[in-house]
Amino acid sequence: MCLAIPGRILTIEAGDPVLRSGRVDFAGVIKHVNLSYVPDARVGDFVLVHVGFAISTVDEAEARQVFDYLAGMGELAELEDGETP
Amino acid sequence: MKFIDEYRDPEAAAGYARALRRITTRPWILMEVCGGQTHAIVKFGVDELLPPEVTLVHGPGCPVCVTPLELIEKAIEIASAPGVIFCSFGDMLRVPGRTHDLLTVKARGGDVRIVYSPLDAVAIARAHPDRDVVFFAVGFETTAPANAMAVYQAARSGLTNFSMLVSHVLVPPAMEAILASPQRRVQGFLAAGHVCTVMGYTEYEPLVAKYGAPIVVTGFEPLDILQGVYMCVKQLEEGRAEVENQYVRAVRRGGNVAAQQLVREVFRVVPRKWRGVGEIPQSGLALAGPYEAFDAELRFGIAGHTADEPTECCSGQIMQGLMKPHDCPAFGRRCTPDHPLGATMVSSEGACAAYYRYRRLQVPLQEARVVTRGN
Repeated sequence: MCLAIPGRILTIEAGDPVLRSGRVDFAGVIKHVNLSYVPDARVGDFVLVHVGFAISTVDEAEARQVFDYLAGMGELAELEDGETP
Repeated sequence: MKFIDEYRDPEAAAGYARALRRITTRPWILMEVCGGQTHAIVKFGVDELLPPEVTLVHGPGCPVCVTPLELIEKAIEIASAPGVIFCSFGDMLRVPGRTHDLLTVKARGGDVRIVYSPLDAVAIARAHPDRDVVFFAVGFETTAPANAMAVYQAARSGLTNFSMLVSHVLVPPAMEAILASPQRRVQGFLAAGHVCTVMGYTEYEPLVAKYGAPIVVTGFEPLDILQGVYMCVKQLEEGRAEVENQYVRAVRRGGNVAAQQLVREVFRVVPRKWRGVGEIPQSGLALAGPYEAFDAELRFGIAGHTADEPTECCSGQIMQGLMKPHDCPAFGRRCTPDHPLGATMVSSEGACAAYYRYRRLQVPLQEARVVTRGN
């Protein structure tokens, strides 16, 4: 129910802020999405889309955090050294 | 797909599994709140990667599952009325009412339509000014901004043939009900990441202070869930109880302020009945005074109707983390997705449906053991 899918904004139609919308690319599937809740999002940004609404912008700098945290515990480093899990 | 595939990397998952085994010294029971997380856990077998001491129980985080019977009955009544176009997310159509479901209404000739977004229902209302168009507004905080926008746009454009049957529920009051229960087993929570994209996570800070259980805001992919479990177990092992955010790429502490503003404009907080759990104070949303003209319950004069829930379904126990789907005697036998006794078997995100889809083989195994012993 709370499924939200990340997609990249292709175009933004300016005008009435409540009707702010645009085309969003979900790995090749393009949908028209309401963007009024992500007023700062720009073309090229990734947004999380739920029932036709972008509810959050994906922070690309934070997106590696899951792996950095693992590397910080020495677990990812072991993998990079070629150790079999 | 970017921001999905990389979080399914098996080697990184094995890394988290090893790290968890290293820090876990005692048994812990964690609850993931969101049905989307439950589905991912069972689908990807995340729970099978955890140390045996760590048990995941599945929370009340499926809005379809917790919609009370009386609202299903109201939906069926409205959808059966002549001249109505009844719009809903697909999951709601097969939730059993007392005698039948919305899909049956459709099969009998009712104009019941599945929509992707509440704005689709508004567009249908614009296209059919001679018909009453009703949208079944079900969901958590994640969906509330979309439904608020549908009402707001309908009001702004002067639509008079659009209304909403509102069954909105709020997550933190349900988590508090579980924490405050004398039967409580849950020691830490994985909070629902997408609810938090909208609401942020300041609401959890008083809960952590009051009940001493860690809450980790967690995403939906296998690595997100494994990291969320790791962060939660680490807090428990170290005797800490804090709100932490695993899902930093999508969730900010204050949430989505623009979305919160419109939700506050269109809705007000009310007590709400949760299927299988009962009424929880301040746990739901209803349309605020200026938007009451869009309230389908008032428009169709059915606000006071109530319905008692059947007792055979164990979903209330399952959603409070007191039972797992396998523990229910009806699971996979008298209760299946084709013939569900309760909503946790209907929705794809319901714990019972997820176990039925991905863990069904365990049922014949249990039966086989019984037969062997009997022989």
